[in-house]
Amino acid sequence: MVPVSYYLVISGILFALGAAGVMIRRNALVVFMSVELMLNAGNLAFVAFARMHNTYSGQLFVFFVMTVAAAEVAVGLALIVTIFRTKNSINVDQMNSLKG
Amino acid sequence: MLMETTSGLFFSLVPLIVFLPVIGLLINITFGGRLGEKVVGTIASLAVGGAFSVSLLLAYSLSVHHEAVIVPFAEWIHIGTLKLDWAFRVDTLSVLMMLVVSGVGMLIHIYAIGYMHEDVRFKGDVKRFRRFFVFLNLFIAMMMILVSGDSYMMLFVGWEGVGLCSFLLIGFWYDMDTLGRPSFANSNAAKKAFITNRVGDFGFILAAFIMFWAFGSFQFDQVFAKVPEIAVTAPWVIVAVTLLMVVGVAGKSAQIPLFVWLPDAMAGPTPVSALIHAATMVTAGVYLIVRSAPLFSVNHSVQYFVATLGAATALFAATIAAGQYDIKKVLAYSTISQLGFMVAAAGMGAYVAATFHLATHAFFKALLFLDAGSIILGMERGHHHLAHHNPHGAGAGGHEEHEGAHEEVFDPGDMRNMGGLRDKMKMSYWLYLIGALALAGIFPLAGFWSKDEILLDAYKNFPIVYWMLVVAAFFTAFYMGRQIWMVFFGKPRTEVAAHAVESPKVMTIPLMILASLSIIGGFLNMATILGFTLPGSHLLTVWLGHTLGEVEAGELNLIVAGLSTIFAVAAIYFSWLIYGRNPLAAGQPDPLKKPLGPVFFGMEHKWFIDEAYQFLFINPYRSASKFLADKVDWAFWHDWFHDKVIAGGYNWISKVLLNEYVDQRGIDAFANGVGSGTKRLSTMMRVWQNGYVRTYALTVLVGVVAILGYLLLK
Repeated sequence: MVPVSYYLVISGILFALGAAGVMIRRNALVVFMSVELMLNAGNLAFVAFARMHNTYSGQLFVFFVMTVAAAEVAVGLALIVTIFRTKNSINVDQMNSLKG
Repeated sequence: MLMETTSGLFFSLVPLIVFLPVIGLLINITFGGRLGEKVVGTIASLAVGGAFSVSLLLAYSLSVHHEAVIVPFAEWIHIGTLKLDWAFRVDTLSVLMMLVVSGVGMLIHIYAIGYMHEDVRFKGDVKRFRRFFVFLNLFIAMMMILVSGDSYMMLFVGWEGVGLCSFLLIGFWYDMDTLGRPSFANSNAAKKAFITNRVGDFGFILAAFIMFWAFGSFQFDQVFAKVPEIAVTAPWVIVAVTLLMVVGVAGKSAQIPLFVWLPDAMAGPTPVSALIHAATMVTAGVYLIVRSAPLFSVNHSVQYFVATLGAATALFAATIAAGQYDIKKVLAYSTISQLGFMVAAAGMGAYVAATFHLATHAFFKALLFLDAGSIILGMERGHHHLAHHNPHGAGAGGHEEHEGAHEEVFDPGDMRNMGGLRDKMKMSYWLYLIGALALAGIFPLAGFWSKDEILLDAYKNFPIVYWMLVVAAFFTAFYMGRQIWMVFFGKPRTEVAAHAVESPKVMTIPLMILASLSIIGGFLNMATILGFTLPGSHLLTVWLGHTLGEVEAGELNLIVAGLSTIFAVAAIYFSWLIYGRNPLAAGQPDPLKKPLGPVFFGMEHKWFIDEAYQFLFINPYRSASKFLADKVDWAFWHDWFHDKVIAGGYNWISKVLLNEYVDQRGIDAFANGVGSGTKRLSTMMRVWQNGYVRTYALTVLVGVVAILGYLLLK
C-alpha cells in the first residue's frame, strides 16, 4: 500500500504550484486555474487522510470543496467575462481601480 | 361620646347649626339668580332660623342633661401624636353663644331683607343683593364653628372664617365709599380689618403652638386637665399662652392696641356692622377668654393685665365716641368700649358677667346699629325725595356753611345733618331710645344688670379697674345722650332731615324684638336685690355654672348700682345741658369744642391713633419695604445676586467653563481626535492597499504560513 506521506507530498507540491501560479501569473484565467489546483491539492490531502483514518468524513468534505469550487468557477468566470468586456483585458495587474 | 343618658335628647342634631346656613348659602349661590330678592332673603333667614331652632333644642337638652356633650363629626388631622377631629362641643357656654349668634343673626337677616333692598338701589347694583345673603350665611356658619368647636384648632377655623366674612362684608361695596362715590375707601377699610386681625391671629397661632408643645393637645378638656400640673412645673407656659391669646383677643375683639380696624369696619352695610362688628364676631375674643377660663384663672397677674387692658380700652374708646359726628362711628367706638367692659370682666374672672354682658350687648347694640341703619336709610329716602323734586337744593338746604362742605355728596350718616327726627321717624326714635338707655345702663333695662355685675366684681377685687369702668360708663351715658339729642331733638338741620321717611315693617319688626330683648334681657341673670332673690334670678349664673364650675351669684350692691345709676343719669343730664337744652343749629360747631379745646380736638380725631400708627408702624414699614424692595430685592438680589452672580456665573460656567474647556477642549477635541486619528492611521495603512491582487494573495499566503509555522513550532 502506498503510504499516506506520498499523497501528502504530491498534495503539497500541487498546492505550492497552485500558490505560485496565483502569485506569479497575471492572466486572470490562469490565476483561476491555479486556485483550482490548490483546491484539488486540498482534496487530495482530505482523501488521503480519510483513507488513513478509515472514515468518510474527509471524503465528504471533498464533495463540499468540489461543489464550492464549481460554484466559484461559475461566479469567477462570469466576473472575468464582464471584466474583459469593460477593460478588454484580463490582466489582474490592471484591476487596481480600488487602490486607496 | 354620646352616653346612654342623652338618649331622647337632641345633642346629635348639633352639626345642623353649621350645615343649615351652609345649605342656605348653597341654595342661594345655585338658584339665587333666578329667585326674587324676597325669596333669597327668606331662604337665608330660614337657614339661620333653623340653626336657631336647633340651638333651642340643644338648650332644652342641656337643661335636662347639664354635662357637656361632645359630638364627634369627622376626622380632621391625624399626624403623629396630633389628633384633631371635628367634634362639636355642646355645653351651656357654647349653646348660649349659639343662641345669641343665631337668634340675633336671624333678626338681622330679616332686617337686611328690607335694608339691602334699598341699599342696592341707592348704590346702583341690584345684583349684589344675593351675594350679601350668601356672605351673611357663610358668616353664621363660621361663627357656629367658632363657638361649637371642641378644640382650639376648630375654634381657630371659625375664627379665621369669620375674619374672612368680615373682610368680604366690610368691602361689600368694594368699588365705592359709603356714600356711593367711586373710591377705594371701603376696600381699604376691609384690608385694614383683615391685616389688623392677622396681627392678632399671629398671637393666637403662637399660643396654639406653645399649647401643643406644652399640653400635647388642642382639645379643651385635655388642655384644661393638664393646667394644674403645668402651672406648677412650668408657670411661664401658661403666662405665654394666655398673653399670646390676649393678642388674638385684642385683634378680634378690638382692644388696645389693635382696635383701629373696628371704626373703619363701619364701611360695611349696616346689618354687617350690627351682626359682625357689634353683636357676634367681635365677641369671639371674649368667648375665647371665657372658654379658656381654666387657663386664665391660674395666673393672677395675667388676669390683672387683661382686666386693665379691657378697662383702658373701655375708657379710651368711650372718650373718642363722645367726639364723633358719624352716627355709626359713635356706635363703633361704643362697641369697642363695651367690648372693653367684657374683656375686663373676663380678665377679672367674672366670666358669667362677661358672658351676660356679651348677650345683652348683642341685643341692644344690634338694635342700635340696625336702628342707625334705618335712620340713615330714612335720611337717604329724604335725600332722594328732594333730589327728585329739586335737583339743586338737595344738599344742605340753604345753609351757607353746610353748602360748602356738602355740596358734592350729602352724608346721610352725619349727625350734624340730622336733628328733629323724632317726629319723622317715630318708631325708630322710640327703639333707639330703648337701645340707648339699655346701653347707658338705666334701670331696669338689660345693660343695667349686666354692666352692674361687671362693676360689682371690679369693685370687690380690682379698685383701679372699677374706677376706670365707672368713668367709661359715665362717658357711655354721655355720648348716647348726645346722640339722642343731636339726632332726634331740636329742629331738622337740613332739608333732608326734614323729609326723612320711616322704614318699612320688615326692618322695624326685628328691631322691636331686639328692643324687647333689650328691655327684658336683664332678667336672664337678675341679681339678688337687698337679700331678696326673685324667682328666675341668677338664671345665667346657674346655667353657665355647669360649664365654668360653681360661680358666686351676684348680689345687687346698692353702692355700686346706685353710683353707676347716678353717674348715668348725671351724664344724660350733662348731655341735655350741652346738646338738648340749646339744640345744635345748622353749621354750629360742637358746643364742647370751645370749653374743652385741645381735649375735644383729640376726641374728635380719635386721639390721632391712626396717625400715630401711620407714623410709628406704617411709615417705617413702608420705608422698610421700600428699602427691601429697592435696595435689598432689586439692587442686591436682582441686580447683583441674580444678574451678576447667578446669571453671570451661569454665563461663565456655560460660556467659559463648559463651552470652552469642557465642550470645545474636551468633548469636541476627543471627537475630532478620533476622526483625525483615524485619518492619519488610514494614510499610514493606505500604502499597503496597492490594488494588486497578487500582492494580496502573497500577503494571505505569508500570513497562513506564519500562523501555521507558529502552530507547528509552538
